[in-house]
Amino acid sequence: MSHSFDEISQQLKRRHRKSARLKWASMGALGLAGLFLVLFFADMLSKGLPAFQQAYINTEVRYTEEASRDGRQAFDQDLIPLISRTVVRVIPLQLRNNPEMIGTSEQRWMLATSEVDQYLKGHRNRLSDEEKAEIDERVAAGQVDLRFNKTFFGSGDSKIAENAGILSAVVGTIMTMIVTLLISFPIGVMTAIYLEEFAPDNRFTQIIEININNLAAIPSILFGLLGLAIFINFFGVPRSSPLAGGMTLALMTLPVIIIATRTALRSVPDSIRHAAFGVGCSRWQVVRDHVLPLAMPGIMTGSIIGLAEAMGEAAPLIIVGMVAFIPDVGASFTQAATVMPAQIFTWSGEPEQAFVEKTAGGILVLLSVLISLNAFAVVLRKKFERRW
Amino acid sequence: MLVGALGSLLLLLLGADIPPMYLLAASLVVAAAGLAVGVAQVKPHFHARQAIERVIRWVLTGAAMISIFTTFGILFSIISEALRFFQMHSFWDFITGTTWNPGASFLAAAGRGDGSSAEFGSVPLFAGTFMITAIALLVAVPIGLLSAVYMSEYAPQRVRTIAKPVLEVLAGIPTVVYGFFAAITVAPIIVNIAGFFGLDASYNNAVAPGIVMGIMIIPFISSLSDDVINSVPDSMRQGSLALGMTKGETIRDVVIPAALPGIISAALLGMSRALGETMIVVMAAGMRPNLTANPLEDMTTVTVRIVASLTGDQEFESAETLSAFALGLVLFVVTLTLNLVSVLMIRRFREKYRVNNL
Repeated sequence: MSHSFDEISQQLKRRHRKSARLKWASMGALGLAGLFLVLFFADMLSKGLPAFQQAYINTEVRYTEEASRDGRQAFDQDLIPLISRTVVRVIPLQLRNNPEMIGTSEQRWMLATSEVDQYLKGHRNRLSDEEKAEIDERVAAGQVDLRFNKTFFGSGDSKIAENAGILSAVVGTIMTMIVTLLISFPIGVMTAIYLEEFAPDNRFTQIIEININNLAAIPSILFGLLGLAIFINFFGVPRSSPLAGGMTLALMTLPVIIIATRTALRSVPDSIRHAAFGVGCSRWQVVRDHVLPLAMPGIMTGSIIGLAEAMGEAAPLIIVGMVAFIPDVGASFTQAATVMPAQIFTWSGEPEQAFVEKTAGGILVLLSVLISLNAFAVVLRKKFERRW
Repeated sequence: MLVGALGSLLLLLLGADIPPMYLLAASLVVAAAGLAVGVAQVKPHFHARQAIERVIRWVLTGAAMISIFTTFGILFSIISEALRFFQMHSFWDFITGTTWNPGASFLAAAGRGDGSSAEFGSVPLFAGTFMITAIALLVAVPIGLLSAVYMSEYAPQRVRTIAKPVLEVLAGIPTVVYGFFAAITVAPIIVNIAGFFGLDASYNNAVAPGIVMGIMIIPFISSLSDDVINSVPDSMRQGSLALGMTKGETIRDVVIPAALPGIISAALLGMSRALGETMIVVMAAGMRPNLTANPLEDMTTVTVRIVASLTGDQEFESAETLSAFALGLVLFVVTLTLNLVSVLMIRRFREKYRVNNL
């Protein structure tokens, strides 16, 4: 069967159109992935940024004799359902500690309840119509306003939405990361040095290598099971503590650091080693004085990225109990603590509308820490990278 | 000598309330003793450096052993607890049972049971896990693979250097954040879309966590596929183009088939990620074990049950707690198998085309 040139050029056109379609499809796929990322960040920003502001009410606080027994007496009666219980509660205490304040009064910005806060931000709330009218009136008078949310950054968790903050989780994260880094960095670097510089190429070395690659691919929740069964139940490390969480995460971060360190060590050219051996250095001296310093930027970059990964991890920490409710900012490695991802998880489970915003706010804090860590790692690499 | 110096320094530091004269004398004595030991050690055939070298080698070997211990620790802890679970409940029922109802054991222990014994049939959990994983792969494999094709075959260098790290960001976002995104943003959208077509979707449907999990594993698939496609030898492309194939046909009929082992390996790695993923499903998928083929219903997964049974108030010895380890064992075996198959496929690809950088 024969085709005319017309048919063939038609066919050719079709084939080229098909070819172009693949190009557009593949470009579209990449664009779609990018679009997901943009939508995701836009969604998080729009949900989370309002959490950095909180409703406050400017009102006269009368430090009367009655107020030192019942904090509610210090305010206008119609304001009491609108002002956060937490600030009302501290007034008698404050007066007991400073008796000279009794009889005075002052104009102050008081923390409002989360319902007022949500109403001002246009979200679902449980205020009655009279209360809404009251707030509208005061907003017009400039007495109710959204101000920077000091509580969110300055205090620990709370069941009262307007009083909940991320600080205890930040402190918990820092302590957990200290434990993680102290364990995984030395062990990881030493393992990598052994595998790259010392190990003979035998069965034992191969087993270690396969094993490390495997560890990197094991689901993180299984590390949590290990932490629970071995560290907590067998060795008796206190449950929920930064120590238990940090040790669990250290094992998870270990393969990341080992792989990064090996890459960094491998990129140091052999001529450096030969020169050092040539002037009579022992193997350890070669590694310590010549190879390791040159590989250090790479090792640091890899470790920071591993640390950032561990910082975002929640599943194994939930298994070892780090979802505890921590209202106070603690500073002990053996007492119950929480970390940022676990705090986000806890808040996401709260039914109140105000906590949705807190959760997204916590996410923004976590993401900005992770982004700065990664950016730091990239800068470090760019600054010290050497092409041999 | 070093010992002596250190000892005297220690004495100086510790003895704050001892009169300085005695302290000085004591320090000198310790220093002299250290000197004597040091001098005695120094002989022509004493090689301090080699001794240090030996110690260092043992320390490094010890550090390398820790990773082995970790694997054994995971295996040991999971298997020993899982065995205790299988003493209470039969392995066969666990693998083939279609009802997961651990609550009954708790009630029975409290003396309030209605006579029915607890059931630990894991089939509904695995059904939910595989449903969500399948949805994730349906999202991630086409997008990941096509992105990789674009980056390695079409994109100019400038786009590549930007697109690659941007895609990697998707893998760097913490899973707890994805979980929140799935539960708060994606799930209501799915419910609305389903409602538009007159379908009834649960807010804990399997589609939302599936899609978000798919987004998460896009970079795992695209990055490895990109490397693999890049290492398909150029001679194959040249040959195909020389025969008059269009660029699209070359990619579809020559490059992709050649890279297939690597692409499958990437998909398997992504699958193993999805199976073991915890936070997204804990936050966005259901808690109710539900054996269904409808992804719009709420389903639960293995990892959700592990978290649920370990965060309750049960004693550690209870069957429900131990069941988490049995589920963990299955998860371990499945992901390990997937990883090993993936590594083997990559190795075959590497040997076939003599590529060294994979």
